[in-house]
Amino acid sequence: MDASVKKQLQIKACKVRMGVIEGVFNAKSGHPGGSLSIADILTYLYFNHMNVDPKNPKWEDRDRFVLSKGHTAPALYAVLAHKGFFSVDEIKTLRKPGSMLQGHPSMKLTPGVDMSTGSLGQGISTAVGMALGAKLAGKSYRVFTALGDGEIQEGQVWEAAMFAAAKGLDNLVAVIDNNNLQIDGSVAEVNSPYPIAEKFSAFGWNVIEICAHSFDEIDAAFNAAAEFKGKPTAIIAKSVKGKGVSFMENQCSWHGTAPNEEQYNQAMAELQAALAELEA
Amino acid sequence: MADVIKVATREAYGKALVELGEKNDKVIVLDADLAAATKTGMFKKAFPERFFDAGIAESNMMGVAAGLATTGYTVFASSFAMFAAGRAFEQIRNTIGYPHLNVKIGATHAGISVGEDGASHQCCEDIALMRTIPGMVIINPADDVEARAAVLAMADYEGPAYLRFGRLAVPRVNAPDYKFELGKGVQLCEGKDVTIVATGLMVGEALTAKELLKNEGIDARVINIHTIKPIDKEIITAAAKETGAIVTAEEHNIIGGLGSAVAEVVCESCPVPVMRVGVEDTFGGSGPAVEMLKIYGLTAEKIVAKAKAAIAAK
Repeated sequence: MDASVKKQLQIKACKVRMGVIEGVFNAKSGHPGGSLSIADILTYLYFNHMNVDPKNPKWEDRDRFVLSKGHTAPALYAVLAHKGFFSVDEIKTLRKPGSMLQGHPSMKLTPGVDMSTGSLGQGISTAVGMALGAKLAGKSYRVFTALGDGEIQEGQVWEAAMFAAAKGLDNLVAVIDNNNLQIDGSVAEVNSPYPIAEKFSAFGWNVIEICAHSFDEIDAAFNAAAEFKGKPTAIIAKSVKGKGVSFMENQCSWHGTAPNEEQYNQAMAELQAALAELEA
Repeated sequence: MADVIKVATREAYGKALVELGEKNDKVIVLDADLAAATKTGMFKKAFPERFFDAGIAESNMMGVAAGLATTGYTVFASSFAMFAAGRAFEQIRNTIGYPHLNVKIGATHAGISVGEDGASHQCCEDIALMRTIPGMVIINPADDVEARAAVLAMADYEGPAYLRFGRLAVPRVNAPDYKFELGKGVQLCEGKDVTIVATGLMVGEALTAKELLKNEGIDARVINIHTIKPIDKEIITAAAKETGAIVTAEEHNIIGGLGSAVAEVVCESCPVPVMRVGVEDTFGGSGPAVEMLKIYGLTAEKIVAKAKAAIAAK
């Protein structure tokens, strides 16, 4: 990936992370950990890969994205805001009465949200339906979805995986955000989904394994998925929960906890410093 | 009623889907390995490119239906009521109901008249479950004529709907030129002493009960409620005011179904005695459908007894 393009994505991703912290801090609740682990991939998708138009969010030929791990909505909202679907100021209304930014994504309320999600395991099925709709209509748009590694404990994920492969939906890409942590502990301890790559492979998917925080690897994976014919692609993205905020990294406890003022200040200072370094 | 035409509503569902498919290429049908039984197999045969079998995976099927609906298709997703409303309740609630997507759930084999398969397959809870989802339309047609009309009407309605069909062939109670109106109850007979409000296959029993009551000098009104949600408050309130007693009849648990819906309306608009005929909060069992309906009290005789009790309670 071109160095200047990568730098711009890193800058955007840093701003997205600040949006996550800003939103969750103001809401006094929400899910920062998984939002920070998926932030780079969401930034890449909306700023470098997907064919979307913030001026026309319901454009019928747009690429679609379904946040199957719906609790990490703060990352999606920050990306959509920076992309221009709505004002960045909206982020501070997250989870407040009357806000367009609900605790979990609502396609009825938020411009740019393609599917209402939040109940784990269901988003991927809707992404499969969208990909099937594209094939049926002879349209070339593509469909992306992101799942948590804990989420794939839901049986419905594997129903969807089986169906997508059986129908040859090569216009579908599922990202597994493999940060290795869920509410009750590490995914391996709670109810191990490993080996993830082998499972998707056995279900008939093209599988690519990457580091979720390397834009070079992210770019190569999504470009390879776009070229791959005959099977849907699963990108198993090894990530760090809480990535970018030192005290949140790899900490289960930051799955669904909002920072207090002191923690907010520290997190923002760290991200500001990272941003200043990138922009220098 | 020896020469009465009897057709299962699921049969009418399958035929209506084919009719729809012919005039609307945006209609898609999904099934979960029950196409022969739900009768969506008719659509599969006519339009194989617009039929998708999800296999035995109802939860995923509902999600796929929702995703397809967002891309502009009118999707009918079919299974037995038990596995549609039951197993996939939360998928229907969160992924179809909450975003108010244009998915029609075609649920066949509802109620005790599934017969020999027994309690595991006899869904008497589906209306109760579906009623609690905001914005969900629920239709329980009385016969094949109404089933066809409802399917055609719901294809033109934008939003989620639950269509409930039966396995058993039931007597035709509507004329061939019957006009279906969403949310409008149908008064089948005038009456002044009591009103029988029935839905689905119990409409036929209600008409028989009307005759039995007439023999005893009781003049019963009969109303067919095909749309359980949104319910026709007007026709029910008028019945309460004008006849002063109501008996409901449904092939569903007496908790949460038509009886509950009618009682809710009556309590708030014009309190009069309401007696409910239905499956009395119990599981079903195996046996021929017609016998099961008798065993579980889904009969004209039971309606007569409850009608008299309702009148006595005035």
